[in-house]
Amino acid sequence: MIARLSDGLRRALDSDIFYSFRNSPLTILSAVVTLIFFIGAFFSPWLAPHNPFDVATLNLMDAFTPPVWLPEGNPIYPIGTDDQGRDLLSAIMYGTRVSLVVGFCSVAFAMVLGVSLGLISGYFGGMVDSVIMRVADVQLTFPAILIALLLDGVVRGLMGTEQHDNLALMVLVFSIGLSYWVQYARTVRGSVLVERNKEYVQAARVIGLPSVLIMIRHVLPNVLGPVLVIATINLALAVITEATLSFLGVGLPPTQPSLGTLIRIGNGFLFSGEWWITVFPGIALAVFVLAVNLLGDWLRDALNPRLR
Amino acid sequence: MAETMLKVEGLKRYFDVSPPWLNRVLDGSGRRVVHAVDGVSFSIERGETFSLVGESGCGKSTVARLVVGLYDPSGGQITFEGADLSGAAARRKHGDKQSRMQMIFQDPYASLNPRWRVGRIIAEPIRFKKLIQGGDKIKARVGELLSLVGLSPADADKFPHEFSGGQRQRISIARALAGQPEFLVCDEPTSALDVSVQAQILNLMAELQAELGLTYLFISHNLAVVHHVSDKVGVMYLGRLVEWAETRTLFGRPLHPYTRMLLDAIPDLDMSGRSRTPVAGEVPSPINPPSGCSFHPRCPLANERCKREVPQSLTVPGGAVACHAVQEGRLPPWHGGTVAAAE
Amino acid sequence: MAEPVLEVKNLRVEFPTRRGTLVAVDDVSFSIAPGEVLGVVGESGAGKSMTGSAVIGLLTPPGRVAAGEIRLMGRRIDKLPYGEMRKIRGRQIGAIFQDPLTSLNPLYRIGDQLVETILTHLPMTKAEARARAIGLLKEVGIPGAEDRIDHYPHQFSGGMRQRVVIALALCCNPTLIIADEPTTALDVSIQAQIITLLKRLCAEHGCSVMLVTHDMGVIAETADRVAVMYAGRIAEIGPVRDVIKHAHHPYTRGLMGAIPTISEREGRLNQIDGAMPRLNAIPRGCAFNPRCPEVFDRCRVDRPDLMRAGGSLAACWKAEEAVNG
Repeated sequence: MIARLSDGLRRALDSDIFYSFRNSPLTILSAVVTLIFFIGAFFSPWLAPHNPFDVATLNLMDAFTPPVWLPEGNPIYPIGTDDQGRDLLSAIMYGTRVSLVVGFCSVAFAMVLGVSLGLISGYFGGMVDSVIMRVADVQLTFPAILIALLLDGVVRGLMGTEQHDNLALMVLVFSIGLSYWVQYARTVRGSVLVERNKEYVQAARVIGLPSVLIMIRHVLPNVLGPVLVIATINLALAVITEATLSFLGVGLPPTQPSLGTLIRIGNGFLFSGEWWITVFPGIALAVFVLAVNLLGDWLRDALNPRLR
Repeated sequence: MAETMLKVEGLKRYFDVSPPWLNRVLDGSGRRVVHAVDGVSFSIERGETFSLVGESGCGKSTVARLVVGLYDPSGGQITFEGADLSGAAARRKHGDKQSRMQMIFQDPYASLNPRWRVGRIIAEPIRFKKLIQGGDKIKARVGELLSLVGLSPADADKFPHEFSGGQRQRISIARALAGQPEFLVCDEPTSALDVSVQAQILNLMAELQAELGLTYLFISHNLAVVHHVSDKVGVMYLGRLVEWAETRTLFGRPLHPYTRMLLDAIPDLDMSGRSRTPVAGEVPSPINPPSGCSFHPRCPLANERCKREVPQSLTVPGGAVACHAVQEGRLPPWHGGTVAAAE
Repeated sequence: MAEPVLEVKNLRVEFPTRRGTLVAVDDVSFSIAPGEVLGVVGESGAGKSMTGSAVIGLLTPPGRVAAGEIRLMGRRIDKLPYGEMRKIRGRQIGAIFQDPLTSLNPLYRIGDQLVETILTHLPMTKAEARARAIGLLKEVGIPGAEDRIDHYPHQFSGGMRQRVVIALALCCNPTLIIADEPTTALDVSIQAQIITLLKRLCAEHGCSVMLVTHDMGVIAETADRVAVMYAGRIAEIGPVRDVIKHAHHPYTRGLMGAIPTISEREGRLNQIDGAMPRLNAIPRGCAFNPRCPEVFDRCRVDRPDLMRAGGSLAACWKAEEAVNG
């Protein structure tokens, strides 16, 4: 077992993908930045200097403290505080966590939905394929934001605002995920059409394996490469969509603020001189999305043998 | 008389190549159907090698896929060891018979799952059919199979990309043998390989046939290879079997003008200075095959009847041929050189 | 003796990779006389196509000519800048590749491609170039050339397309044609047509041919001389009849024995065990020594150069022994 693992590790370190990673400083930088965001977000309760949600520690006297390098700055709050006196750095860390949870969950949801439908569509073809792909076509005519707004409105109408706040996260994940599954389905369907006709799949059919087993054992692992690339880039997209929705006020409530919520809150103070409340969450969002996108680009090139 | 293992009668397979429904409506065009295999009959006896030879698009690979059940026939019958295996339902009913057949594919780079270790690839039929139970026993069997095809049992832990084309084809053969078949369908097993490696694989296949008593259906476009491996040879042209005969007969006294043309096209390695008459024309598209005998536009012997009427198979000593010229006795003798023109 | 059309001396082609430099072509020398057809034969990985690409200056990066020289009509062409080389390609060297589908641009009519090539290299008016193109299409046996010239490549069958490619290669009266597996993608009956055509046209136009192929049959029918390559080096080179009938290198002999023929039916094919070494694991001494049935101690240590053996040259210590002993 250990021998297998160490063998696997050796192969991974020796692989072309790792080689192309090591030789691209930009990719290493984006990986490091992404990692910092992940660690900062998921360990925020332990790493953040303050707990922005602990009302007991909040002091309204500290509200609107500017960043530390400005005349009224306070070294306790390195990049300042917001209108409630919350430490902005901690708020960003907590906010990123919320954004990432939404991002990961919606990507996972879209991926499972899209990959399964794509597999079925590509492997069985015929009517099933036509129906799934036409639904996908129709779905593509609605922008993601519109679908999310629509769903959000429906849920709000059905449950009332208070209950909606509790479910906001689920609604967001569902609506973002639903807007992005088409891409997975199409990509997987395309790859399945190619793989399905390869001789190793035919060999499995000659052995007598049932279709479901062939799809899971043989086809699925061989079409996951492009899915991984889409998932990476979609993570950035999902985080942005979440931020947009939250900025518009239909996303997460201020009680569990995400990066988008923070930007929205700060937006009101932009012209009264407290620019840092909205600018720093904005920068955090931009840097994170850029880093993830660069990683996705690299992954796409590294997995595509034609570009190598 | 030897026992008939596989009998194929009037086998047909049509493919729908029409454009999508919407395009058809807009263009006002109808459905288009390719008759990839159009009424092929032959039988294979236990322990022998039957080859199908022909140019691309003649339907030989489709016959191979029909026989192992990768496609369902549009018509005709496939009988294997007395059991009817034409169609999915019939195959399920005789699952034990169907599993007696295995296939070796053309492209050694595509026929092995690139993400699996060789051991797992070879063990898959064993595990799926529960031929052997227990990890250690399966591992031992995989090692045995690897040794049988000339590889080392230690190769089970490697991935396909670590092997050369010839070695991969050996792995492919080992996987086919793992299912304990009696009948192997070999679809161009050596055409992706270099000649020196091709010789290795052909020799291996001959050894395995002698050792395990296998029966082969061998598909190839290479007449020299077919001559080397087969007991009987069938020549296909545009979905039809135009001639079949015992190997010695077919190569020594070819009857069908197309067979003669193929024999003429074999490069002359002996440097005997034999002049070749390259035959004019190319294989027509199977979507719009010529009327009557589909070879008539290229045939030096074609007459009016050939353009109208599809020739029926005519039994001759040691084989059968579908040609009006043979039936009417206007076929010139074969000199082992060129097809003399009748006109 | 006439000056050779093409002269390749000690050609070495390298591929730098992250695991070290691979030598795809190693110390290869040969020449092609005017009007001569030189066959270059070998199995995959032997370096035959790479040699052809090096001559026309179309090595895929990062591959590069690391040493040696290539002379066309006495003029060195391996160090020419890209623009100069482009003038030579098409004008003095014509190329025919394996897949006729990829060597023609699917978006242009074949006539446009022919006329464009002619106008680039020859001082002609458009009308003259078109007339020349039609003449060429007739010459390569395309029926109805006047109409067919305005068709797109996909409207031609595989064999017809390869004829168009031949017309394209011949359209500026090149002195040398590099044909890389020109018949491999074609059906057997079409192969015979194309080979006959290629041979006849080159004889008529007086151009030399470097014919790269894996198919000994094609070589036997077409070539005047043949170079057998193995693991990046020439194993044997000589007149085609000598090499095929009386091969001196054990590899050539093995290769010939491995080909099934229809004139006799052997019980077992003569097989060469093992496989061509990968470029990163070429054995010491003679590259063929692990597979050679006649190997002896010296083969495992010293690398043999080409030496005289009968009518040809063979890179084998046995050949030297035969001469001395």
